[in-house]
Amino acid sequence: MNVTRRQFLKVTAAGLGSSSLAMLGFSPQPALAEIRNFKLARTTETRNTCPYCSVSCGVLIYSLGDKSKNARAEIVHIEGDPDNPVNRGTLCPKGAGLLDMIHSANRLKHPEVREPGASEWKRITWDEALDRIARHMKADRDANFIKTNSDGVTVNRWNTTGFLASSAAGNEAGYLTHKVLRGLGVVTLDTQARI
Amino acid sequence: MVWQSLDIRRRSATTTPMPQARESTEVAKLIDISQCIGCKACQVACMEWNDLRQEVGYCVGVYDNPPDLTAKAWTVMRFTELENDGRLEWLIRKDGCMHCQDPGCLKACPAPGAIVQYANGIVEFHQEHCIGCGYCLTGCPFNIPRLSDQDHKAYKCSLCSDRVAVGQVPACIKTCPTGALHFGSKEDMKEHAEQRIADLKSRGFTNAGLYDPPGVGGTHVMYVLQHADRPEWYAGLPQDPAINPLVEVWKGWTKPLAIGVMAAGVLASLIHYVMKGPNEISKETEKEVENETRPE
Repeated sequence: MNVTRRQFLKVTAAGLGSSSLAMLGFSPQPALAEIRNFKLARTTETRNTCPYCSVSCGVLIYSLGDKSKNARAEIVHIEGDPDNPVNRGTLCPKGAGLLDMIHSANRLKHPEVREPGASEWKRITWDEALDRIARHMKADRDANFIKTNSDGVTVNRWNTTGFLASSAAGNEAGYLTHKVLRGLGVVTLDTQARI
Repeated sequence: MVWQSLDIRRRSATTTPMPQARESTEVAKLIDISQCIGCKACQVACMEWNDLRQEVGYCVGVYDNPPDLTAKAWTVMRFTELENDGRLEWLIRKDGCMHCQDPGCLKACPAPGAIVQYANGIVEFHQEHCIGCGYCLTGCPFNIPRLSDQDHKAYKCSLCSDRVAVGQVPACIKTCPTGALHFGSKEDMKEHAEQRIADLKSRGFTNAGLYDPPGVGGTHVMYVLQHADRPEWYAGLPQDPAINPLVEVWKGWTKPLAIGVMAAGVLASLIHYVMKGPNEISKETEKEVENETRPE
């Protein structure tokens, strides 16, 4: 490209002139409100309970999508549930970071078993896991159930197995837990809510 | 969708007038240091809401973690162990942008629209307009903005303007389990602070008071301090913060002066053009010069 001295001066003058005009306040850029959009506007809100400690704070889980057939939900945000009487919207540092626990690469997503003597964990199905637990419980109860004490009084105790109930369980789940376990003779029954 | 923050009160490096007809409620965050236990839930909630993940660092020997504000950590707890009158006091201050009424960062910023102040008092950085010069760091009397290593743009707390705009409170306020953080109109926050200060005074903190420094026109983030006479005890909170005088000089009278000089230059050249006309060179002279400079 051949630029004569005159053309060069013209271009330079035009550039300096327009930048000066912009600096003097004749900028064409309008002053618009530019607030970031509220990221939860059309997300799906789901109530749940924080799984960490025994306080069992209520949380609101926000996920992408509207639950339509082809929409795959993805949890994008979690904050406290203001309607929950336990925490009234607040969350501790662990609860406030729940999102990263859900998306953690180290999270356990299916039942696993480590057989006696084995050093490796093996993935099993839920059916296998539940059958296995039931089988162990039955064997232990058959072996150690105490029907009567030394005085011959009926006690129906199963002292060799204990149970720790979830702190996130509601009234109904708590009632069922109690009925089932006392029915089996379990004495050492507690809930995580007391830990 | 936007509730009240529609209007921009001030915009960096912009001289066109801002809309002023509508009146917005001024909002404020109140940090009651006497109720803070330093759990850092606010730090986590801030990162979660604003989609920031500070790289996991190292313990530097104190509770402060991360040890300083970064482009990805917009608020940090600053822990101070104070021995006062033979008593140990653990002062924990939530550090972050104070949202000054008279923001030094905005005054120092040369990029149009990179820093704005909304009518409700929130000062926000718009990174898409930021040129990464770092002048806001010089302008800030509280040492808050940080330049990102990734994109060389300045970041700081936005007071969750996106949440406030739809009538929600900032993420840190909502999560605070002890109720040390409050949010509402600036009026209400001052009133709440008064009650807290009266309570602290009845408990022997005779110098309890509100930190709302007039040197920056008041702030939209205020502290209730047990020792309001000694703000420097709280990890160096400035006693009387003010915008750096250099910024005032540079953006105050140097800028209009420079514009004046520039306008005078334009005017002088215009007069020169009218009086003397363009510099005419005859065709003969041009040919002569061309022949001289072009060796055949």
